[in-house]
Amino acid sequence: MSVKQRGWKTLPKGAVPYKSTREYETGDWGVATPKIDQKKCTKCTLCHFFCPEGAIKVREDGYTEVDYRYCKGCGICANECPVKCIEMVSKK
Amino acid sequence: MKAKQKLMGLNGNESSAYATKQVDPDVVAAYPITPQTIIVERYSEYVADGLVNSEFVAVESEHSALSACVGASATGARAYTATAANGLALMWEILYIASGLRLPIVMAVANRALSGPINIHNDHSDSMGARDSGWIQIYCENSQEVYDASVEAWRIAEHLDIQLPVMVCFDGFTISHTMENVYTLPDDIVKTFVGKRVFMKTEGHHGETEFRLDPACPLTIGPLDLQDYYFEHKVQQSEAMTDALKAITEVDKEFEEITGRKLEYMYPYMMEDAEVSVIGLGSAMGTVREVVDDLRAEGIKVGMVKMRLFRPFPVEALIKAIGKVPVLGVMEKAVSFGAPGGPLYEEIRTAFYDTEKKPLIADYIHGLGGRDTSPEMIRSIFKSLLKVKEKGEVDKQVNFVGVRE
Repeated sequence: MSVKQRGWKTLPKGAVPYKSTREYETGDWGVATPKIDQKKCTKCTLCHFFCPEGAIKVREDGYTEVDYRYCKGCGICANECPVKCIEMVSKK
Repeated sequence: MKAKQKLMGLNGNESSAYATKQVDPDVVAAYPITPQTIIVERYSEYVADGLVNSEFVAVESEHSALSACVGASATGARAYTATAANGLALMWEILYIASGLRLPIVMAVANRALSGPINIHNDHSDSMGARDSGWIQIYCENSQEVYDASVEAWRIAEHLDIQLPVMVCFDGFTISHTMENVYTLPDDIVKTFVGKRVFMKTEGHHGETEFRLDPACPLTIGPLDLQDYYFEHKVQQSEAMTDALKAITEVDKEFEEITGRKLEYMYPYMMEDAEVSVIGLGSAMGTVREVVDDLRAEGIKVGMVKMRLFRPFPVEALIKAIGKVPVLGVMEKAVSFGAPGGPLYEEIRTAFYDTEKKPLIADYIHGLGGRDTSPEMIRSIFKSLLKVKEKGEVDKQVNFVGVRE
């Protein structure tokens, strides 16, 4: 990591994160990442409701969008999509 | 100034409940379990009679009891709970969360043997098992010590150099159910002594703030802490334990001013010229003191040391208390299966490793599952130690006392 991390003497005590959890980007955990095909999407938004990380947002135009900073790549969205418009793509 | 105190007949559980009533913590969440049940009963009565302002949470398990305390304490409330044996075991994961989150919860533990086979009587297997959970542990010899520790515990837990949860441990039935004379402080003196909870400063989302959950100053407590910061947080806990050794003395001094009772980490008795001595913690030490008197009357130079504090472990006070006594028997009510000895024995031996003149040390495990530790048994321990002295070496490191072969 490029940012200098604090040691135990200056780190706030009591399991308070140095960063906000919003800055704790867990998106790099996954091995696969969802790709939504908007041509097939019916705007049902089931993927938004099923996402356990709240990483799928509903846009103003009704389509859903993955926030890749927090998506852990679990694949639940792809599994639940009734029209199979979400494909899990390997990161490699 | 020393306060006028009232003499009351209280057993250990009642001492804990009464002291806690005087402190009147914001939240009490506890689940009844033998031999701690009286605490929960008494405190429920205090709540029902309107004698306290505490919110009593009747939980469905000990896991929930401590979880409720964690939540309450994180918001800045004072939270108290009480348990024993399997109840403490059910709290296990939350024990580490309470200390890791630096929440100054106070918990009474009426020490009881862990199942199985099932047993409701006293030994120290429950709290000794929790010795690495990051809680401060105070062991009491009688109801008076339970009362004192239950008042003092809040100041220790909330001390700005400590900020850790405290376990007040006392022997199930032997202390929890035995009524004794207890000097109690007036309510207002206790209230003044414990004062208001103090908070350490930390960094919230909007800058520096007190360490408590407050919607006006948002703060995240206890989120994901991986390879990047978990280690640093654990070192902070370790340092807090080290600092606690100094800070507890400060609280003890203040407590002495109002009660006249001097609390120590170690209570040496007849140690100056002792040829052999015994060390231990809890109610059995009262019987040991009697036996020391008897043996002294017979002209045998024996001594003893009672320990009050087990976490943090007071190494310096231990070495000072033992002094030049060349043979030391450790009496303890816990087994660490497969270990070189019981937990107390191991730590005492470790403490002496770097000293120039180490005493010969032997372990005497006794009283498991509530088996009575009689004066005769203690005599046999002293006799065994005198043999060690004579021979100049320990033949058998770990001895089980009072068990049939």
